[in-house]
Amino acid sequence: MMTLTVIAIVLLVLLASTIYVVARGHAKRLTSSGPSAMTRAFEEIVSREPADPGESAVEVLPAADMRRGVGRARSAFRKLFSTMLSGSAVNQRLWDDLEETLLLSDLGMELTSWVIDGAKKQVEAANSVDGTTLAEAVRQQLRSLFVDSDRDLEFSDIAPTVWLIVGVNGVGKTTSIGKLAAMAGADGKRVVLAAADTFRAAAADQLQMWAERTGADIVRSVPGADPSSVVYDSIQRAAARGYDLVIADTAGRLHTKSNLMDELRKLRRTAEREPAHLTEVLLVLDATTGQNGLIQAREFAKAAGITGLVLTKLDGSAKGGIALAAERELGVPIKLVGVGEKVTDLILFSPDEFLDALLEVEDEE
Amino acid sequence: MFDNLADRFEEIFTRIRGKGRLSEAEVDSVLREIRVALIEADVNVGVVRSFVERVRESTVGEELRRSLSPAQHVIKAVNGELTRVLGGDHLKITYASRPPTVVLMAGLQGVGKTTAAAKLALWFRHQGRNPLLVGADLQRPAAVEQLRVLGVQAGVPVFSVDGDPVKTALSGTEEARRIGRDVVIVDTAGRLSIDQELMDEVRHISETISPNYTFLVVDAMIGQDAVNSAKVFNETLALDGIILTKLDGDARGGAALSVRHVVGKPISFVSTGEKLADFDLFYPDRMANRILGMGDVLTLIEQAERTLDKEVAEKGAKKLKGGKFDLEDFLEQMQQVKKMGPLKGVLSMLPGIPKEIRNADINEGELVKVEAIISSMTKAERANPDMIDGSRRIRIARGAGTTTNAVGTLLKQFKDMQKMMRSMGMGGPSPTKRSANRANGKKRKRR
Repeated sequence: MMTLTVIAIVLLVLLASTIYVVARGHAKRLTSSGPSAMTRAFEEIVSREPADPGESAVEVLPAADMRRGVGRARSAFRKLFSTMLSGSAVNQRLWDDLEETLLLSDLGMELTSWVIDGAKKQVEAANSVDGTTLAEAVRQQLRSLFVDSDRDLEFSDIAPTVWLIVGVNGVGKTTSIGKLAAMAGADGKRVVLAAADTFRAAAADQLQMWAERTGADIVRSVPGADPSSVVYDSIQRAAARGYDLVIADTAGRLHTKSNLMDELRKLRRTAEREPAHLTEVLLVLDATTGQNGLIQAREFAKAAGITGLVLTKLDGSAKGGIALAAERELGVPIKLVGVGEKVTDLILFSPDEFLDALLEVEDEE
Repeated sequence: MFDNLADRFEEIFTRIRGKGRLSEAEVDSVLREIRVALIEADVNVGVVRSFVERVRESTVGEELRRSLSPAQHVIKAVNGELTRVLGGDHLKITYASRPPTVVLMAGLQGVGKTTAAAKLALWFRHQGRNPLLVGADLQRPAAVEQLRVLGVQAGVPVFSVDGDPVKTALSGTEEARRIGRDVVIVDTAGRLSIDQELMDEVRHISETISPNYTFLVVDAMIGQDAVNSAKVFNETLALDGIILTKLDGDARGGAALSVRHVVGKPISFVSTGEKLADFDLFYPDRMANRILGMGDVLTLIEQAERTLDKEVAEKGAKKLKGGKFDLEDFLEQMQQVKKMGPLKGVLSMLPGIPKEIRNADINEGELVKVEAIISSMTKAERANPDMIDGSRRIRIARGAGTTTNAVGTLLKQFKDMQKMMRSMGMGGPSPTKRSANRANGKKRKRR
């Protein structure tokens, strides 16, 4: 009886839906429960001598040149733009090349189409088949992707100011904090670093080395400690000793882990509480990140209310188009870009300088 | 990981699946959507271009098979491409005849090399090996500490000396030999592929320790640039495979497709969580199927193509669509299905089948009984089962060598089945246009 029913269903399935029933969500999602306190607890770390204390007195070096930073990212655009500007007529080939170049910069399909459609309209309106018109139109379209916003890092009038640094794993949060500390230090601010990444092995050690290099103070706890408590202690110390700025490092977390995003909410609440003045929540984005960067930005904005983006590793061959997409969607400006490994290689972002560096044709480097 | 891509493909395919015929414009539009889906999943633009071209060629060029609808043909072509791009078999480690087996890890900054090294070490331990981790990342502050902590967690010793990464790597392998560890995993500093100096350094490490396996560690979230850096690393180090990390996020993982395709090196391992044990070999074939969310449907299609009689299948489907599906058709279709092999096998290839049914114990003998019962009916009875009264039931049972109960059960089930089909919009007297289309499409495929 049961078997007959089964056969009937089998036949039904075969006959009616026949061979193609594509199962939705067939693939089992790779779920992973968040790390427990147990797994987060690990051995006491053996401290090691800082690698190179020679740099500890921060020299004020001229900011790295955006042009050098953008580096490799330029070549594709430059080639395209020199074709346009060499007076070549606007043809399908050129549009295709433009689309490919934009897509390759991780700008994403939607924005790429938006840029191209807008440029097409401009070219048509100008009634021109000249590549120069197209080049100008593309530049304008790209420029209009950036939000009109203040890109300076904000300090509170009343100390201590708190900056919270967030992002997924491996984007370069700790390194960026080292560079930020150097920047603020060079500006005459007294800085304390909060080693609130109590999860990743040796993260606090890494931050400590940056503290030593930049002359900043540091508050750290034991591995596995509550990150909020580290932030709290840092704020207390900053208030007690009259520091200007607390820069809080946080553990890298994938935006899909709801428990870790909740932890981040709590961190934010701690960082906002008197006597602290939270003025920046900076999301660090890796320039090599693809379309997932947009989802990251959305989720972090939801959990921690980000005020700015830091685009790192722009000195590689990636072009960081996703940061632009994130800026446009969230209305949160890219404030800083990391263009090298030196402590001074974190520079304030300017859309015009960026586009100049990206699109400039003549320069031979 | 690839679930989003799977969802997108499913949307696209669902739309065309019901169509009996695809115009060239429709094929174009489908290919455009596939292109967008792939690009949004971070598959490299160049790879997408060749992917779409190949699908187009195989759908337009080849004469459409009699037995498959054009829509199915597109789906089949996409699957074929996907499998080809992802690569075939999973990695099988060949250990060095003279230990230790040396493994070199390389990659960009922040991709998770150090964690992956520790996870790989734990994986080797679970294979019954005795690995040694060597920390040759002397660049990033505290990288070696991180490795030491992870080493403790993995129960694997960690070796490192200050100074020169090349020397550290070499003394690491010597140390392994000395203390009798049979696998050495060398963690190196993250480096940009355009940093000539550091690329030379890692090449030097590789030449010095001659690794048996060199893995490039790639972040699943990486975008279009993945292929560029992978290419350079491959030229510098002659990679053996890719380790894909951070798959527990929601990245669509298209970079993996690209890297495999452009560099020609397979994805060997995937890292799927924050725990050290969240790490395993990668199975490309399974992944291709998962991307399409299709179970083993392609095998099934192939089998159907080979064994089913097109005319019979179409006739059945037409009847089904017209709501006139009777026991005669049921018998015919059942005989067709039987040709495809054991029911359980066929069933296991269908996606979306509830586990209970998939795992149910199916007795093929029951099919014979059903066949016998229907064969004992007259044509009129098969066309109109309602006319089967008590005495006919007794006659049929006697003819089939079974009980009247069994005959009754079959009739009841057939009725239920008709009801179900009607509710699915297959056999109802006035199916909506959409469901008619669906039935039509499905019918074709069934052929």
